[in-house]
Amino acid sequence: MTEGDLAAVRAGDRRALARLLTQVENQTPAAEAALAALFPHTGRAHLIGVTGAPGTGKSSLVAELAKVLRRQGESVAIVAVDPTSPFTGGAILGDRIRMRDLAGDPGVFIRSMASRGALGGLARTTADAVQVLDAAGFNRVIVETVGAGQSEVEIARTAQTVLVVEAPGLGDEVQGIKAGILEIADVLVVNKADLPGAETALRALRASLEIGHSAARRDTAAGWTPPIVATVAVHGQGLEELAGALDRHRDHLRASGADNARERARLAGDLESRLRGALYQRLLAQLEPGQFAQTVDKLQLRELDPAGAVRQLLEAAGPLS
Amino acid sequence: MTERRIRVLIAKPGLDGHDRGAKVIARALRDAGMDVIYTGLRQTPEMIAEAALQEDVDVIGLSILSGAHMALAPRLLELLRANGQGEVPVLIGGIIPGEDVPALKAAGIAEAFGPGTSTEAVVAAVRQAAARKWAKE
Ligand SMILES: Nc1nc2c(ncn2[C@@H]2O[C@H](COP(=O)(O)OP(=O)(O)OP(=O)(O)O)[C@@H](O)[C@H]2O)c(=O)[nH]1
Ligand SMILES: [Mg+2]
Repeated sequence: MTEGDLAAVRAGDRRALARLLTQVENQTPAAEAALAALFPHTGRAHLIGVTGAPGTGKSSLVAELAKVLRRQGESVAIVAVDPTSPFTGGAILGDRIRMRDLAGDPGVFIRSMASRGALGGLARTTADAVQVLDAAGFNRVIVETVGAGQSEVEIARTAQTVLVVEAPGLGDEVQGIKAGILEIADVLVVNKADLPGAETALRALRASLEIGHSAARRDTAAGWTPPIVATVAVHGQGLEELAGALDRHRDHLRASGADNARERARLAGDLESRLRGALYQRLLAQLEPGQFAQTVDKLQLRELDPAGAVRQLLEAAGPLS
Repeated sequence: MTERRIRVLIAKPGLDGHDRGAKVIARALRDAGMDVIYTGLRQTPEMIAEAALQEDVDVIGLSILSGAHMALAPRLLELLRANGQGEVPVLIGGIIPGEDVPALKAAGIAEAFGPGTSTEAVVAAVRQAAARKWAKE
């Protein structure tokens, strides 16, 4: 990555951008350098997370939302994350199937990513990809992830506005609510409102929102009740309303100062996890070769307990150089 | 640094509505540990070239059953070159008659598979094509 490449990324060169995203995905040293250089130019885009159970219509919805945003003159980048198979390490990234209407629009950039080994549905590198797209000047960066436990928390940290998608007929409306999904939702969507059961899903959501509202994201609880929007993504219905709700949420974040609080929490969380990783690497480097594995052996033989193992390894590593 | 995965785009140009073969290949490539971007039916060469650019793929696999391969494939190659992606190998499968293969290869298609090619052979060819591209980077 030369300085020229970085300038090209910031100037909207799609090939340079795509190549940098590959570097980011592979966590190369070049990517690290590029992310450092781009960091001052981040923090401008509206970061929107879209999550929900498989098949609820997230990709269809993202495509329709992008169309509305494009009509408003906004440029849109989409990161679509699909799960990596834990057995083969490969992935089928199929979200573009639902986004074909966006083809040929120079104001839209779509990138598919595999979740790789990352816990939950959010690739470890997704947050970095979002940073690159933000620095590349897109007004909105939308991240689609399959909602599965941990990923919801991750997306809540990365995105400014989190959209949770439900759909009737999956039999898991209640389960979704139980999984604490309401706690991360800034906007709730009942998609497939054309299908039977949509009314029931809407009612169930409304009811649980009333009960669970105190559990809404702490930093925005004041003055923001997540709106519930009914959509039919395949017919483009309800999308203007959805785009309006997303804008209102962003305005609310700004007006209340919650955007700063959220960003601070995100940066702190990111710093913490980086520190954790770096410290761990340093510690490992200061141990004798094989010492980690030997400690595991001792644990297995019950010659050592886990907390004792930590003490022993920390002592053996000595002060961090 | 994490291990680099092969990113392969499986595309289905043309107007025929059968993507069973493309899906079988996509799954086989996934099972071989690749990241497979699947874009669905009725893709124009323009759409394929654009997706290949945004996704920065290492290999493109086309499944063409409509018989329009002699028109679609050279058009895609032309678009890729115009995008600065001339180095991305393009493989074709589907119902490609043997007598068309030399012309396709002359046009710049890396590999053309006739009906009945095993998925193993396709996986191996994609691996080799990606390795050749990476070697030139
Ligand atoms: N009836 C109806 N079907 C819809 C609607 N929106 C999406 N679908 C269909 O639902 C299916 C899944 O849509 P996707 O957009 O791929 O859903 P997704 O949530 O992105 O799926 P994953 O990424 O696999 O989790 C497709 O067959 C869509 O055509 C809708 O509003 N009404
Ligand atoms: Mg999807």
